[in-house]
Amino acid sequence: MATFKKSNKKDGTAINTSALPDIVFMLLFFFMVATKMRDKDVMVKTAVPVVSEVEKVEKKSWVNFILVGPPLDASKGTAPRIQLDDKFADVDEVQDFIILRRNEFPPAIRDYLTTSIKADRTVRMGLIQDVKQELRQVNSLKLLYSANSGDVKNRR
Amino acid sequence: MRKSRKIPEINAGSMADIAFLLLVFFLVTTTMDTDKGLRVKLPPWPDPNNPPPISTQNNRNVLEVLVNANDMLLVEGQLMDIEELTEMTKTHLTNEGRDPRFADNSQDAIVSLKNARGTSYERYLEVYNELKRAYNEVRNEYAVNKFNRDYSQLPEDDRDEVQDKYPMKISEAEPVDVGE
Repeated sequence: MATFKKSNKKDGTAINTSALPDIVFMLLFFFMVATKMRDKDVMVKTAVPVVSEVEKVEKKSWVNFILVGPPLDASKGTAPRIQLDDKFADVDEVQDFIILRRNEFPPAIRDYLTTSIKADRTVRMGLIQDVKQELRQVNSLKLLYSANSGDVKNRR
Repeated sequence: MRKSRKIPEINAGSMADIAFLLLVFFLVTTTMDTDKGLRVKLPPWPDPNNPPPISTQNNRNVLEVLVNANDMLLVEGQLMDIEELTEMTKTHLTNEGRDPRFADNSQDAIVSLKNARGTSYERYLEVYNELKRAYNEVRNEYAVNKFNRDYSQLPEDDRDEVQDKYPMKISEAEPVDVGE
């Protein structure tokens, strides 16, 4: 059996693995650069609604998040709260938050900043409406209602 | 005495293992979630010295959609199932003056979405989604008719033309102050 002869040889040619670390390191650096660690603790429940007509945000670093929902910590009550950065906030703190955030960016891209409202589906519109009015007052008009994409069976 | 010529080789065999370990760590911790959702443009805050002009829009050009505090959907004052909303909005947008109840032409057509303070966020987004779907479908149908291509496949110029034909005018009116 000629075909099996080769494998009978004692020193079959070993695969050269010396380039393996290079390849792995390349992947490693890619993920190191692409990784953005979750930098804030989420303190409110945000089970976002499901919609079908979703759009993506082009640049995540240009998005300011406003989280709205009932606190995860039950001792804080069940009424929906607003979370900005790492702490609970009132509606009137939204303006300062947006202005502070906006000043971190060069003027040329300030108009591209988007605010993403990540709200729990149980939240009432009154609170969202208040946040929206605050955003309008500081002229931060690009808004995203954060939602998951999925099929909505509202069709006849 | 003769120095040994051989340089002792460092065993690099475990380098790959170390790199793999780090790689797996970063793989696991990576969050590549891009944020997604319904994109909305808010109306600018009215300037007190320079109030916006009172709308001269003909009543027929405005499709009034109201989601009340009990999450009920009212279109032009009539109770409606959400399944019918997209079709209704599409009829409104593509009416071009045929039916006197709907818009004169697509450029002037406005959808006014009102909500109460007690409306649930989920319901509001559901309705908003239907309106957006109506616009997207109408635009897509126009694109297929005119350019023989899907709206998403169109080049920038043609896409602008479709947008000019069917501008997305969903007005978010001030909320009705009832029921929270």
